[in-house]
Amino acid sequence: MITIKNYIRASSLQEAYDLNQSKQNRIIGGMLWIKMASSNVNTIIDLSGLGLDSITETDTEFSIGAMVTLRQLEMHQGLNNYTNNAIKNSVHDIVGVQFRNMATVGGSIFGRFGFSDVLTMFLTLDCDVELYKGGIIPLNKFSQMDRDNDILVRLIVKKTPGKFVYTSMRNTKTDFPVIACGVSCINGQYRFSIGARPGRALLLTDEKGILSNGLTKQSAESMAEWVSENIPTQSNIRGSAQYRTHLIKVLTKRSLLELEKVK
Amino acid sequence: MEITVNVNEHTIKSDIEPDCLLIDFLREHGCYSVKRGCETSNCGLCTVLLDGKPVLSCSMLAVRANGHTVHTLEGLQEEAKDFVEFIADQGADQCGFCNPGFVMNTISLLRENPDPTDDEIKSYLAGNLCRCSGYEGQLRGIRNYLNSKKA
Ligand SMILES: Cc1cc2nc3c(=O)[nH]c(=O)nc-3n(C[C@H](O)[C@H](O)[C@H](O)COP(=O)(O)OP(=O)(O)OC[C@H]3O[C@@H](n4cnc5c(N)ncnc54)[C@H](O)[C@@H]3O)c2cc1C
Ligand code: FES
Ligand code: FES
Repeated sequence: MITIKNYIRASSLQEAYDLNQSKQNRIIGGMLWIKMASSNVNTIIDLSGLGLDSITETDTEFSIGAMVTLRQLEMHQGLNNYTNNAIKNSVHDIVGVQFRNMATVGGSIFGRFGFSDVLTMFLTLDCDVELYKGGIIPLNKFSQMDRDNDILVRLIVKKTPGKFVYTSMRNTKTDFPVIACGVSCINGQYRFSIGARPGRALLLTDEKGILSNGLTKQSAESMAEWVSENIPTQSNIRGSAQYRTHLIKVLTKRSLLELEKVK
Repeated sequence: MEITVNVNEHTIKSDIEPDCLLIDFLREHGCYSVKRGCETSNCGLCTVLLDGKPVLSCSMLAVRANGHTVHTLEGLQEEAKDFVEFIADQGADQCGFCNPGFVMNTISLLRENPDPTDDEIKSYLAGNLCRCSGYEGQLRGIRNYLNSKKA
């Protein structure tokens, strides 16, 4: 159970940042993850009054505020057109509609949870994170950083021409993924993002040039083999390391062949 | 702290603790259809509509409803009546515990998508867990209701 002494709806990012420097205070996005822990919080810092709850689209990028919900991602026409519905597919099995109306992009990405479909998906995109103090940095760099007391303000997804496919394997439909797999080809560069290893999602590219002579059934298989060999996995209650490694191979190959079909 | 929430078309002003959850606030104000199932944001039993959108009241601070509109099953009896009889006809409910959450989310589904496919129904209601049934009865009930409207 979580107990909270004070609640403050921040009136500026600076106020939220200052409050967040105390270890006893906590920023809330959807609060769904925070609520799972048993903790005593001095002040809950609510970002919901700062206008961070919308997705804006220009000719060159999408700007996704930290308080945008997973359901907004799922329903956003522009984002789903750009990603061939991969974004929708990545969040679709996260618990239920009610849950996705609450869980935020900020909480999901800032948390850098090992099981995260959201982080796995966004790593396949040409995506930056804007931090209040840390400025704009690539998501891949942010995903490997240790947690600090900064504030995630928004994600910036550049509309670099690309194709995207997202798949995951779950033991039951709305459970955490056993493995999550995002594959993209952006400006001709293939990216493989594997989450729920069960550690934090990792991103690989085709650094050996396995696909440089084109994507065929054969090259997809070799690529998938290489990805599965180079992504470390572990065992937990959802599946063994060996099973995960096998799934990585299957889902990567399947996704590559699917990617080929994307117009 | 003082909050003002419009619950089922009635304005409620109340002094609450900062960690008061929306489910407790609503039950304190007579909305007993809103129940705790899992309390880990998984089962959908505590579903209410916040400004028309389904949310899990077990996982939301009541203060976040300040200045907003909440509907529970108590306030949506008429809208629910349309289709719950079709679900009952299928014997879909056994213990009935999951029912308020199911009904609230079905209301939301039908508002968003008045003519859903079976896959769309299953997908929208995936966050409502039922310990007794296999969900088929609920699905048949909603399908029969939709067919009856077309007849
Ligand atoms: C029961 C359950 C099942 C889940 N299943 C899945 C699943 O299958 N797949 C999946 O991908 N995810 C899953 N999740 C995770 C979920 O999708 C969200 O990622 C998670 O709840 C965090 O989002 P939130 O908005 O609730 O964040 P919160 O719980 O509010 O916050 C999470 C953390 O981030 C911090 N934080 C929040 N916003 C910011 C910000 N803007 N700047 C800095 N710090 C911030 C908070 O202080 C906290 O430490 C699940 C979560 C739960 C509770
Ligand atoms: S009691 Fe709220 S989701 Fe189960
Ligand atoms: S009928 Fe018993 S939980 Fe659904």
